[in-house]
Amino acid sequence: MTVVTLNGEPRELREPATVEIAVLAAGAPDGRGVAVAVDGEVVPRGEWATTAVRDGQQVEVLRAVQGGA
Amino acid sequence: MSGPDGREGRAALEIAGRALESRLILGTGGFRNLQVMAEAARESGAELATVAMRRVDPSARGSIVEVLEEAGLEVLPNTAGCFTAREAVTTAKLARDALETDWVKLEVIGDDRTLLPDPAELLVAAEELVADGFTVLPYTSDDPILARRLEDAGCAAVMPLGSPIGSGMGINNPYNLRLIIEQARVPVILDAGVGTASDAALAMEAGCDAVLLASAISRAADPVAMARAMRKAIEAGYEARAAGRIPRRLYAQASSPEEGLPELAAGDPQGPAHERETERAPSRP
Repeated sequence: MTVVTLNGEPRELREPATVEIAVLAAGAPDGRGVAVAVDGEVVPRGEWATTAVRDGQQVEVLRAVQGGA
Repeated sequence: MSGPDGREGRAALEIAGRALESRLILGTGGFRNLQVMAEAARESGAELATVAMRRVDPSARGSIVEVLEEAGLEVLPNTAGCFTAREAVTTAKLARDALETDWVKLEVIGDDRTLLPDPAELLVAAEELVADGFTVLPYTSDDPILARRLEDAGCAAVMPLGSPIGSGMGINNPYNLRLIIEQARVPVILDAGVGTASDAALAMEAGCDAVLLASAISRAADPVAMARAMRKAIEAGYEARAAGRIPRRLYAQASSPEEGLPELAAGDPQGPAHERETERAPSRP
């Protein structure tokens, strides 16, 4: 098990723990309109499946919401 | 839009080589729900709408991007909520990856209470994003020098505030806004502060190229009706500016001809009014 901070909450990810698995765990099953940062660095969509996440990393999974002045 | 109705003189707004028919850009914050937002978006005539980037909420229903696209609008991601250049740059890159656009409405806020831009962080973020190939539309204070620096940094537009976000105070410093408009070689988009239709019309009459507004529509009692009012106000202000207003003057200027006035004072022992000595009130000692 790999334990990361996923969108602010500690989460266990099943192995092999990749960004793609984190996106699923965050509740964005199809990944459409979603972007990911690991420890403050953007991980491009094309690299989700091959980018491993390690214990203790901060994973942010974002999408567009209403907003703007 | 010099269409079949013959409305000449309505050139498209051009930002970074892209033509937009509507000079209203919609912020999507504050709407009760996506349905009201979509209806207001349609009524506003806007072609661009801002969205923010936030953590995925598994319980959230509906995709704002899909709703906006169905209503015929494209999304313009913003960096709302960022306090540093670093946060804003990362947010812009996340938005680019999520939404496949390199356009960004850049916001770097100085504090929570005023939501005023942090000029130093804003300029750093703008430079980094331009260098990374972004089309940057920065939300800026109404400082003409900062606006010039942002333009020199390669921003595709400058977006000065009229007054703080959501304040509805209109244009607090019309003099500064004029200076920004006079010097700018990129579009000037009034961003923030609009409270009602006349504020938006004034911005366009002052020479703004477009107006971005959210709260004035989304928090109005009837957002859809206000969206319509804003569309008309922005069109009216733009057309009035293009039409050329009359100068302000202290005294009246008769609009009826003075020639051909009849003599109708024949029976008046004091004679015609315009030939009388004007009796001034004695000045007080």
